[in-house]
Amino acid sequence: MSSALRKEQNRTIGALLIPALAVIIVFTTVPALTTLSYALFSWEGFQRSTFVGFENFQKLFAYPYLDQLIAALRHNTTAFVVIMTFQTSLGLLFAYAMFRVRRGLRFYRVVVFLPVIFSLVVVGYLWQSLFDPYYGPVNQIIAGIGFPELAKPWLGDTSTALPTLMLINLWRWVGFPAIVFLAGLNAVNSEYIEAARIDGASEGQIFRRIIFPLLAPSLTIITVLTFIGAYEWFDLPFVIGGSNGSPAGATDTLALMFYRLSFGSIDSGANNVGVGSALGVLIFTLVGLGAAFGSALLRKREVEQ
Amino acid sequence: MLLPVFFLLNSSLRESNEFARTPFALARDPFWENYKRVWSEGEFGSYFINSLVITGGSLILILVLALGAGFVLGRYRFRGNNLIFGFILTGMLIPAKLAILPLFIQLNWMNLLDSRLGLILIYTSAALPAATFIMSGFFKSLPTDLDNAARIDGASEFKLLSKVLVPLVRPGMAIVAIYSAIPIWNDFFLPLVFLQSPEKKTLMQGLTVFFGQYASQWGVLFAGLCLAALPLVVLYLVLSEQFIKGLTAGAVKG
Repeated sequence: MSSALRKEQNRTIGALLIPALAVIIVFTTVPALTTLSYALFSWEGFQRSTFVGFENFQKLFAYPYLDQLIAALRHNTTAFVVIMTFQTSLGLLFAYAMFRVRRGLRFYRVVVFLPVIFSLVVVGYLWQSLFDPYYGPVNQIIAGIGFPELAKPWLGDTSTALPTLMLINLWRWVGFPAIVFLAGLNAVNSEYIEAARIDGASEGQIFRRIIFPLLAPSLTIITVLTFIGAYEWFDLPFVIGGSNGSPAGATDTLALMFYRLSFGSIDSGANNVGVGSALGVLIFTLVGLGAAFGSALLRKREVEQ
Repeated sequence: MLLPVFFLLNSSLRESNEFARTPFALARDPFWENYKRVWSEGEFGSYFINSLVITGGSLILILVLALGAGFVLGRYRFRGNNLIFGFILTGMLIPAKLAILPLFIQLNWMNLLDSRLGLILIYTSAALPAATFIMSGFFKSLPTDLDNAARIDGASEFKLLSKVLVPLVRPGMAIVAIYSAIPIWNDFFLPLVFLQSPEKKTLMQGLTVFFGQYASQWGVLFAGLCLAALPLVVLYLVLSEQFIKGLTAGAVKG
């Protein structure tokens, strides 16, 4: 390579790379690192006060925060397990149905994926009105088919609020795993399926023994993304239950608690930036470690095609 | 899947009291008044323009920066390339939400609080790592002979990028555009924290205000939801393949 070209390339590297790096450093890296330092100070509102070491973490693991933390963590974990079980299976079912369908694939793809493009504000308000205790169609349908005693304020009852929220989440997101699995199915070498069919394997056997193991890479990605999404679950609970996780904290999540600690709320009063940052660090560590660990573990199980 | 969407559309065309009596009846005689009220009373026009400015501004910045960075990282071999690439990838792991407090204080200090520009810069920074990753992949896949041929013809490095390579990575740019623009358009959280002036509010943020004001005026509420969802749905129906590819970019290889 000529030195003139080398020189010009170095100038190009500078001119094209530095602006992008600067934006990322100023608006992502520096704030993320500062969160760490915030957790080590005590705060008066948004004014930093004295260095307190790990005191904020100790406070987070004591009264009155500990109870909230445990409840929120339990809700996030429930969300992960339930979403992983139902949303992912249904996504896989949709994907397999679309894989086998002979006509109208384009139409089904468009329909299944449609809710994914909706804003969660729209999704939240739409479903809030669908589940409205008086005017909502859900209760009217339940009453209409002869079980008026089963009609209830689904999102207002502490025992049904979280499951209802997960159902709404399923409607909004199921198209995502469906499309990812469909792409995985299309990547499966059709010779394997043909060979198995010639050997007399049933459709169920072909799916269980050949297709499903080869879908492992898609499953890894969906599992990791679901994990991250479940432990950072915020938008839908916030739109529907507000920052306090109404009713009575039944839909509280770690991210909602982080928001309350950061900016304060009507119920829990003034903010506590120090404890909030400690929780932020905790969530980030949990999600980061979980995602890294999980993907390493799942990747081991993937088979070569 | 479609039933809730149909219910939304149908109810938006019905008079509020009538809806309260019979939520399921079909809107045989469309009641367009709801849409008129949303548009004239609800400041929807200005919310809409704000969302357009913020999404559009972020998108231009993301595409320009990701093209440059993707080109350099995908096509040049130099010391530090892998290191910088790795650094940019770590940016993908940091959710903007968890850095919200320092961002709030930093923006205040930079005089970018309650500013559309501030929001544009945060969105750009959040989308840029993935955008650079996708673009560098597209740049890498092009044959290196192209570069040498262009250089022999006397093209500068910048000309090579803008005249020869950019037209070839257009599919990548479409993916980046959709991948970045939709979450920005749909976001309500960052505007909620960073924008306070009523005249700067975005569509999704405005919708939360609007819902408080028109509680129980069902027809108007549904019309508001429809109007907010409409632009993306129309685009989606026209460009569904690109949307699906764009939004699952990163999760689906190839």
